[in-house]
Amino acid sequence: MIRVVLPVHLRTLAHAGAEVQLDVQGEVTQRSVLDALEASYPMLRGTIRDHVTQKRRPFLRFFACEEDLSHLPPETPLPDAVVSGKEPLLIIGAIAGG
Amino acid sequence: MSGVRVLVGTRKGAFILSSDGKREKWDVSGPHFAGWEIYHMKGSSADPNRIYASQTSGWFGQIIQRSDDGGKTWIQPGTPPGETTTTPEGMPKGESNKFVYDTSEKTGKPLTTHQWYDGTQHPWEFKRVWHLEPSLSDPNTVYAGIEDAAIFRSIDGGQTWHELSGLRGHGTGPRWQPGAGGMCLHTIVLDPSNANRMYIAISAAGAFRTDDGGKTWKPINKGLHSQYIPDPNAEVGHCVHHVAMNPKRPGVLFMQKHWDVMRSDDAGDSWHEVSGDLPTDFGFAIDVNTNEPDVVYVVPIKSDSEHYPLEGKLRVYRSRTGGNEWEALTKGLPQQNCYVNVLRDAMAVDSLDKCGVYFGTTGGQVYASADSGDTWAPIVRDLPAVLSVEVQTLR
Repeated sequence: MIRVVLPVHLRTLAHAGAEVQLDVQGEVTQRSVLDALEASYPMLRGTIRDHVTQKRRPFLRFFACEEDLSHLPPETPLPDAVVSGKEPLLIIGAIAGG
Repeated sequence: MSGVRVLVGTRKGAFILSSDGKREKWDVSGPHFAGWEIYHMKGSSADPNRIYASQTSGWFGQIIQRSDDGGKTWIQPGTPPGETTTTPEGMPKGESNKFVYDTSEKTGKPLTTHQWYDGTQHPWEFKRVWHLEPSLSDPNTVYAGIEDAAIFRSIDGGQTWHELSGLRGHGTGPRWQPGAGGMCLHTIVLDPSNANRMYIAISAAGAFRTDDGGKTWKPINKGLHSQYIPDPNAEVGHCVHHVAMNPKRPGVLFMQKHWDVMRSDDAGDSWHEVSGDLPTDFGFAIDVNTNEPDVVYVVPIKSDSEHYPLEGKLRVYRSRTGGNEWEALTKGLPQQNCYVNVLRDAMAVDSLDKCGVYFGTTGGQVYASADSGDTWAPIVRDLPAVLSVEVQTLR
């Protein structure tokens, strides 16, 4: 199972805990993980990536294994530790405050 | 037994304040959607249990919420928790937070740019929903006023949204520009006597009216005079802050412009100033007493650079003569050291006798008057900054 850690506001929106677990078919990439996340939690559609362009919303960042993956192409395979479930993919608000 | 339900949108969630018809004791529920900005909530007059809410965030974008039980529980229309996004045939079930400008050739002349702060042209970009206006007759039909300015409609209870592109197709869009709060369509007023007529207002473009259910629109800004724009009497470009109507007299409109309080007696075709003896005619909120169409309320704010009441005294001003002659209402309101603002959608009236008047402040107070404004008392004092106040009269 793929582990994804959500920011607080999206946890409340999705009625989910801090971490969700997803069954991802095929290659494990940002795109396939987000596809699986939105399939399980349809209320998150449009909150992480734009409905139309599918681009990451500008104030969100993706991290895993202490690396910033935000600017990698969405089809880039995620690290082995994420694929194996040892480490989560972190979805993080890029700036604090508000 | 009658009662009222006051719907309060704040910077950090929504609150629902309920009382019986006496409007003395209040139950407070919330925060709903804790931590999120709630720009606006409004109930359907066709089904008071149906409430729509605009939940928004600079991080996570726009969410539309709907309640079918008077605000006890909420859903995102079309995407209940845990359900898949598509039907077994693969069709999208609901796209309640999807607002996409209509750029199709088929629907007229979609515009691609408006005027930016520096006078250059800038592309239209969706940011948030400022105002939700449910249809007067159908609980599943609701209009959304959005930033960057456009009007959308849902006819399926908020599941899907489609732009009424005739407004941006009007042709004046390149002369619309953002106000300090963004280029927002913040006001939607429906005419109860004519289902095809509605009014909208945009900062900073002005007011527009449709007489064919939203297909085509005309600017209705004749008589507005704005010294801060290149042509003070221009057809568009005015920073209209809010427009209000008494449903019993739909041809008469009142407007709080950036500066100036205005009145129209011909459905917006022409306007004349009724600021009269107000101590300052800058402000945001304006509303009309439900029972007495000539009784109008404003909250004067010192100036466009100092968004708080004059002299630190929070005063609602009431006209009993449809404008020009105004009286200060102060009983129960702070008369010293008060430097809050009252935003454009943060005042509302109920339809009880006597008319209840409500407003919220950026300091987190929601004040109520159960006697048409003669006396006031806070319902709550310490909410997050209040963005919007609406009221439902329950019978």
